[in-house]
Amino acid sequence: MSVTTEGGAPEPRRTSLLELDARTRRRNRSEARFRAYGLAAVTVAVMALVLLLVSILSNGLSSFRQTFVSFPITLDADVLDPSGNRNPEEMQSVLTFSYGPLVQQAFVDHVAALGIETDLPASALGDMISDQAPAQLRAAVLSNPAMVGETIDLQLLANGRVDGFFKGRVTMESAERDALISPEQLILAEQLRAEGSIITRFNWDFITAPDASGQRPEAAGLGVAIMGSFYMMLVVLAFALPIGVAASIYLEEFAPKNRLTDLIEVNISNLAAVPSIVFGILGLAIFINFAGLPQSAPIVGGLVLTLMTLPTIIIATRASLRAVPPSIREAALGIGASKMQSVFHHVLPLAAPGILTGTIIGLAQALGETAPLLLIGMVAFVREYPAAPLDGLFDPASALPVQVYSWTQRSDPAFVERASGAIIVLLVFLIFMNAMAVLLRRRFERRW
Amino acid sequence: MNDMSVSRDVDTGEIKMRARGVEVFYGDTHAIKSVDVDIEDKTVTAFIGPSGCGKSTFLRCLNRMNDTIDVARVKGEITLDGEDIYDPKVDPVQLRAKVGMVFQKPNPFPKSIYDNVAYGPRIHGLSTSKGELDEIVEKSLRRAALWDEAKDRLQEPGTGLSGGQQQRLCIARAVATNPEVLLMDEPCSALDPIATAQVEELIDELRTRYSVVIVTHSMQQAARVSQKTAFFHLGELVEYGETGKIFTNPDDSRTESYITGRIG
Repeated sequence: MSVTTEGGAPEPRRTSLLELDARTRRRNRSEARFRAYGLAAVTVAVMALVLLLVSILSNGLSSFRQTFVSFPITLDADVLDPSGNRNPEEMQSVLTFSYGPLVQQAFVDHVAALGIETDLPASALGDMISDQAPAQLRAAVLSNPAMVGETIDLQLLANGRVDGFFKGRVTMESAERDALISPEQLILAEQLRAEGSIITRFNWDFITAPDASGQRPEAAGLGVAIMGSFYMMLVVLAFALPIGVAASIYLEEFAPKNRLTDLIEVNISNLAAVPSIVFGILGLAIFINFAGLPQSAPIVGGLVLTLMTLPTIIIATRASLRAVPPSIREAALGIGASKMQSVFHHVLPLAAPGILTGTIIGLAQALGETAPLLLIGMVAFVREYPAAPLDGLFDPASALPVQVYSWTQRSDPAFVERASGAIIVLLVFLIFMNAMAVLLRRRFERRW
Repeated sequence: MNDMSVSRDVDTGEIKMRARGVEVFYGDTHAIKSVDVDIEDKTVTAFIGPSGCGKSTFLRCLNRMNDTIDVARVKGEITLDGEDIYDPKVDPVQLRAKVGMVFQKPNPFPKSIYDNVAYGPRIHGLSTSKGELDEIVEKSLRRAALWDEAKDRLQEPGTGLSGGQQQRLCIARAVATNPEVLLMDEPCSALDPIATAQVEELIDELRTRYSVVIVTHSMQQAARVSQKTAFFHLGELVEYGETGKIFTNPDDSRTESYITGRIG
């Protein structure tokens, strides 16, 4: 700005518009530099994201496919149904252990029938099939006892090493050093594949089956973890949404502005920054040790995650309440609506998209949270599906992120693939939830 | 409509609202200093004055809209039909059903035109059936001179109307609850001259049923629509009297300076 002196305005500068002065050039240069920084930052961020996705997808996509061995099995009625009346309740008494030899013998017979010459003993042939196979067979038989005595074609899980061989994880060289598989078995597996007796196909069990022990990664699934996570989300939604919204409405619309509400406000913001593991300790101390709720239960996990999600929901809700123009409140009050009517009839509907978005983002955050769940015992090995709500909320269950964590702790390399697969499932849920948040905001956003 | 003559038909009716010694504080600011005003029934009373003189603040005292501002304190006495509206027994919600308000910026609810008008009658239980409510909505829209434009689009959002139509919708919404007094805070400041003329015509019609108090920046508007005018300056009520007299022969030199454009 030029300074006006008493003598009048200073002389205007006479410079050409066609050439840039030094100052403009400097400004343009710094602007170009800043753009370059920004572009570089975005590029780095995108590259990191792409790298992450590529590594997870390349490691984990194969976990959705599984290798199966298919061969005819004769269901010996003398072994499976000693009383001969095809009563499933009595057949329960035949344990999985008795199905093992049946499977092994059928497989040996099948190899022989195909005319494949092999020096491997019967037990080595049996090892090519998963330890889970007898249990698979038993479940199939119990679900349809009429099959007993007949010969059926069944697809049974192949051993994790055989599966790894067809996915490129196990090679002939690694098999030389491996106690669990030999190159001869792999050669046989290749021959069987050529005959069409070994196939690799999409495996729903990865998503629906419960976890399996460290010796049979091929049978491990995410079913219990997904149910546990889903139950926890139900608990979080049922507690965090009403409490969070009610607290926000009170603080934003009704509470007097004084020292106490200021203090509460500051503490809510601070709560949002508390490390999640602290909530885990809190949950352990209060919900399990003091209130006596069961360990590993979705109800406890859900309550802990509720505490964690509350600040997120409160902050989002208050922001969207504040974004509703005061003219709407005045309009309602001006025609004689009470404070509560003005809030519930006019302000809340307008703030709803923001509240929903905040809630979904809070839920997504809770869905991916691991640390507090470790402390309340959700890292346990759970093979039983929890019952339907509400009882099921008190049954032991796992959770998706915790399942990822516990699979990465296991020694069998097949679990690396499954952990990546679990991460993919988790990411799909997160992307779905975030997309829903965006969609809801687009759909219900109103302008005035 | 456009005369400034003294020969204005003035209803020297009964006093509807009476203010005595009203003082308003915003925190430490003394916004209104000892204002006495009598607002007559079935009359348009205009509050004029430069920006920040307190005329809107005083208007908002008349239906206790200042209650919604934490730091505002009101002293003095304001009565409606002889009853003190600041009496602790008075629920401001009930008061505001009797003293309606139209705001400076059109602020229809982001709902349908029908729901905008029907909201007040619904919450006050003024209708017992859908047919009765339809009738109230139609009557209110007709009174606000919006019926012909809106009757075929009652279910469309009120926010889709033009600015002038939105303001008339707000007036329809305010009259739907059948108030006794209608407060208007610069209702035409966001409108073009044609919409302004429509709203002014409307105010003149509303006078037959209600007592109307209007805050305006435009002295021409005050002269056109009001029978009584109050001139506010720096939080004080400088002069209050019949519109014709204020605009042609004011008693106070400050009033004269303002209406001739020397201050404000």
